[in-house]
Amino acid sequence: MIRIDKNRCDLCGVCISVCPVDCIEMTETELSIDEIVCIDCDACVKICPFAALSTVGKE
Amino acid sequence: MKQHYDIVVVGAGPAGSTAARFAANLGASVALLERDREIGVPVRCAEGVSDSELRKYVDIDPRWIAATITNFGFFSPSGKMVQLLSQANGYILHRRLFDHSLAEIASEQGAEVFTKAYVYNLKRTDNKTTVYLKYIGREREIEADIVIAADGIESRIARFAGIKTKLAMKDIEQCAQMMLANIDVNPNRGDFYLSHNWAPGGYVWVFPKGNNIANVGLGINGKYAGERSPLEYLESFVSEKFPTATRLTTIAGGVPVTTHLSELVTDGLMVVGDAARQVNPLTGGGISSAMAAGKKAGLVAADAIKKGDTSVKQLKRYQTEWNKTIGKDYKRFHRIKAWTLTLTDDDYEEIADALQGLSPDEVTLTKIFMAAVKNKPSLIVDVMKVFTGL
Repeated sequence: MIRIDKNRCDLCGVCISVCPVDCIEMTETELSIDEIVCIDCDACVKICPFAALSTVGKE
Repeated sequence: MKQHYDIVVVGAGPAGSTAARFAANLGASVALLERDREIGVPVRCAEGVSDSELRKYVDIDPRWIAATITNFGFFSPSGKMVQLLSQANGYILHRRLFDHSLAEIASEQGAEVFTKAYVYNLKRTDNKTTVYLKYIGREREIEADIVIAADGIESRIARFAGIKTKLAMKDIEQCAQMMLANIDVNPNRGDFYLSHNWAPGGYVWVFPKGNNIANVGLGINGKYAGERSPLEYLESFVSEKFPTATRLTTIAGGVPVTTHLSELVTDGLMVVGDAARQVNPLTGGGISSAMAAGKKAGLVAADAIKKGDTSVKQLKRYQTEWNKTIGKDYKRFHRIKAWTLTLTDDDYEEIADALQGLSPDEVTLTKIFMAAVKNKPSLIVDVMKVFTGL
């Protein structure tokens, strides 16, 4: 699953633009990921310019 | 905030504010909704724009101008500079003030402007769209005949309407930028550093903003994403080139560097600006193309309201006009961009060597590109077309 470092996230929205399954939602104050829909492709983790997203449970 | 507007524009950047302005000017009732608490903030932009493009859409207010750019410096990986005079003046803007003004101009034309107005869904029924939003923390619904999606790279609004907006990794430049103070930069020169070590698949920019302040930032192509973040690349550059600078801001974000969305419109919805991927894919510049798109979309939307037809067939005029004009140019730029991604540091060095010894007024962008494409004859036609405007 994807961990969001909410202190780092700047709500720039780039992760949303690469998500192939539209599982990332952004409110005016926070980012959230629907883990049921997420396919763990890691596109969002790679593209985040602030390195605010990371994968957990997949070593 | 009323219950109904002819047109609801989501996002008050240059695309959204320009669309709102032109639509309101033709008599449509327009609401312009901005997610953030303040229009123009955060500034996720290098803030460069050309004088000749900007003045097509707005009377230039000197308060917006942080610096005037009259020449450019291109730095090879080993640090050789190729300087060229700009064919037309460029500006580094104060985007915060600029964006404020564009919203004010829209408002003067009759658009109603709201901040902290965050749209979280759309529903289209019977030729009307219900726009679901939170306005200063309270849930609201407003009805619109047309929604103009100008919500930036995330492009959620178009997605709510069923338009595919997903970007491939290689079609994004991941960017980071610091506004640095107390640095010694040429006040009228925009600098670009080309090197895989500094910014793979992109470049570093140093854009002066007057008073020894500059925007120093970089973009790295998404195909290199995942190893080092753009912030880490920027740390390396800044600590080597400007070790004693004061860091006034640190921002990060992404720029779409692809061709525009294949669908710019659907029933009751139009997409403009970064949300529509209307960015020069070669430079990453998007201010003037956002305004061009906003103007076309705003005019077409207001006309559709007058005719009482907000179907995709009616709104498609905007897409047709875009395809014929800037859309066509950007397709060409996109082919050149794909080729620049194949250039190595040795190639950059060779280009710089070929142009050494020329004075800045002898160096033209065409010469730079011709030096670069001499081993790629198939691209010469594209390059020629770009620089001759054919």
